Amino acid sequence: MMNLEIPEKFRSLTEQARVVADSVFRPISRKYDTLEHAYPKELDVLAALLDGLNEAGAGASVRSVSKDATTEANGDGAAVKKTKNGGNIAAVLGMMELARGDVGLALTIPRQGLGNAAVMAVGTKEQREKFGKMWIAMAITEPNAGSDSAAIRTSARLDGEEWVLNGEKIFVTAGERAGAVVVWATLDPGLGRAAIKSFVVPKGTPGLRVVRLDHKLGIRASDTATLVLEDCRVPKDNILGNAEIDTKKAFAGVMKTFDNTRPLVAAMGVGVARAALERVREVLARNGVPIRDERSLAQASALDVELTRLEAEVEVARLLTLKAAWMADNGKPNSLEASMAKAKAGRVVNEVTLKCVEIAGSAGYDEGDLLEKWARDSKILDIFEGTQQIQMLIVARQLLGKTSAELR
Amino acid sequence: MMTSKTPSSLPRSSKRKAPPGRSTFHRVASGPLRLLTTIGAADLTERLGLVEPGRRFIYESAKAVTKAAKGAAGMLSSKMGEPARLSARAEPVLFDLTPTEEQELLVDTVRQFAEGVIRPAAAEADRAALPPSEILERAHELALPALAIPESLGGAADAQSVVTNALVIEELARGDMGLALAILAPLAVVHALVDLGTHEQQTHYLPRFLGEKPYAAAFALLEPRPLFDPAAPRSGAVRTRDGGWELHGEKSLVPLGASAELFLIAADVRGSGPKLFLVEKGTPGLVVEPQPAMGLRAAGLSRIRLDGVRVPKEALLGDGTENAATNGRAVFERIVDRSRIGWGAMAAGTARAVLDYVIPYCNDRRAFGEPVSNRQSVAFMIADIGIELEGMRLLVLRAASLAERSREFAREATLARVQCATKGMKIGSDGVGLLGGHGFIKDHPVERWYRDLRAIGVMEGALIA
Repeated sequence: MMNLEIPEKFRSLTEQARVVADSVFRPISRKYDTLEHAYPKELDVLAALLDGLNEAGAGASVRSVSKDATTEANGDGAAVKKTKNGGNIAAVLGMMELARGDVGLALTIPRQGLGNAAVMAVGTKEQREKFGKMWIAMAITEPNAGSDSAAIRTSARLDGEEWVLNGEKIFVTAGERAGAVVVWATLDPGLGRAAIKSFVVPKGTPGLRVVRLDHKLGIRASDTATLVLEDCRVPKDNILGNAEIDTKKAFAGVMKTFDNTRPLVAAMGVGVARAALERVREVLARNGVPIRDERSLAQASALDVELTRLEAEVEVARLLTLKAAWMADNGKPNSLEASMAKAKAGRVVNEVTLKCVEIAGSAGYDEGDLLEKWARDSKILDIFEGTQQIQMLIVARQLLGKTSAELR
Repeated sequence: MMTSKTPSSLPRSSKRKAPPGRSTFHRVASGPLRLLTTIGAADLTERLGLVEPGRRFIYESAKAVTKAAKGAAGMLSSKMGEPARLSARAEPVLFDLTPTEEQELLVDTVRQFAEGVIRPAAAEADRAALPPSEILERAHELALPALAIPESLGGAADAQSVVTNALVIEELARGDMGLALAILAPLAVVHALVDLGTHEQQTHYLPRFLGEKPYAAAFALLEPRPLFDPAAPRSGAVRTRDGGWELHGEKSLVPLGASAELFLIAADVRGSGPKLFLVEKGTPGLVVEPQPAMGLRAAGLSRIRLDGVRVPKEALLGDGTENAATNGRAVFERIVDRSRIGWGAMAAGTARAVLDYVIPYCNDRRAFGEPVSNRQSVAFMIADIGIELEGMRLLVLRAASLAERSREFAREATLARVQCATKGMKIGSDGVGLLGGHGFIKDHPVERWYRDLRAIGVMEGALIA
């Protein structure tokens, strides 16, 4: 039975995340935006707290895709099918709240890296146990391969019981702070995407070096690193998925992660957009500007119309995100919906945050208000985990029934 | 279509007159049963290829029919004199986008009707600016009024079904928005009677919607002026010395104007806000004129002038206490908001038609040696239609699911309206654009959808989800 409200069972999760957002993130938000590359040590306490909650079964993890899901017949009639609300919905709900606090800090919560999501999504039981407690970053992009991840040149070669990795990775979120990195590498550059596999490389492995930290437009609390791998050796078992080069199931393993992580990035967009909308209403109220949420926009002020329109867009992004997560929880293939959510949320959060600066005027542009920060932070959400254009390609190919060779 | 296979042992009300030719059983069980007999009927089955859904429905309906018959017998004796109201749906526990099996079945049936019957008739009805009566009669076989009328009044509804209504509207509008409006217009009056009508109003009017033939009725809210606010109609109603009402004003874009037997007209009562009045065709002072417009033409749009229309006090929808109470405005606004959910669903349905049309067109149409859809500028427009359509649907469904649980849904309905009006129009425009010059000529339906989708931000009332 159709229900688009947030179930009661997630209330404690969202409330806890909201407390973290308001009382842990917000007070240090500006500080770590200014002190780019300084480690936000306040988050260590938070990580410990999250670990405690996870162990207590409170399900407060925002990244780990838990297998726990409740199945219920959602309604009073017999002709009602059962549905599941599990880890994916919990993760996007938690992320919406945390990102409302500060998306840069949300991205740098220890042990909640994108690599963790990859290990949880495609790792074996042994790998999940071995690496589950680590903080794992994700290294895909290279100086000459961005969206075209099939063009990556970092190589992996099996030598006895070890993989030998060589190459350079850029834009690695939490690349310095994480305890391990999931590295995408090719077994054979001549075989295209089918030969691309991912490997867990723990920090401290000889041959892995952080060579640079980027200075960025936004999410400055989160470190973005350049890594170099030089004859870096990891155990044979550190490959995620199998080592076979299956040209039919090209990319399937490594791309599967995105079906889980794109809704999370979309959730970040929803959170930041909400922060900006809430804030701009506060600024307006403080300055005595009346805001009325009119039923009839025909007679509303331009400002009311604008705010309502932006709110509708954020609501679309939120529901698309929940839908993609709900599908994942119910074992339905969701790459179309994950890309729809990511595309919509990415462009919406960017538009909303920039518009809110304009509405607030010079007060919104001033570093004294977080509005200007969110308007900088938001841009990355339309870029990482697949740019706007990549999401549009994925959606278009699926709707039109086209291959990546036909629609390039 | 309705053959009388009624077992005589089933309960029959002695207090109410059954419409001619129809037994109480038919009225009691009309929702699922009419659908069942309709779908079971050989000709329609063959015409529409409805065999499979039909069979499944037969199985599912058996219980419902029995239950409806029993329920009605009990309710009629115990609740005489009280208006019948549909109860709110229970609060579901989990987030869920799965339709119930009943909803799936109904949507399936309506979709086939929209594809097989509505779509082929759409272009001609648009030209004629009138719905063909044959289409309305065949749509009546879907028994939609029965699904909206409570069991105790001869229908088959057991609770509010705003989500189901929205899904049905969407499917009909996927066939054609104008014809969908013609089919749905009487239902708006049904919904208002069920939600607000007194026992007398309900028993007087609702059985008419359950007859053999469609009963034409329309909800007139919109008025012909810029910046129209549905909460503040300028049409007015004043008390007459005999306790009745006299109505003045003008209403626009009223569907089925030429054929409607009954109008539900919104007018302001000075000092107590907007109210709804039941005005029968032919009442002196009620002037109905055709008002063909840019789109929605198949709905037979009309302008209504109220030149001192005198109606008895019973014409005021709802009992006096309800209307006099402070929640009078809230009750009216709820109707307006449900109407907006309906228009949002219309937008989603027609937007879906656009998407379904441009995909094969752009895959087949070749330029520069390859399908035009191989180009990102084309493909991304189509991706955008897909994304915004999905967003529109989710906003509509959220507002609908809150409404049927009797929760607050005003803000959600406003957001759905804003989004569906804006993005619906954009999709209509892109639909024409994607076909280039061919989109501009009437050989293709996209130019009609362009005109129809412009209506979403303009229309108020006329339709209720």
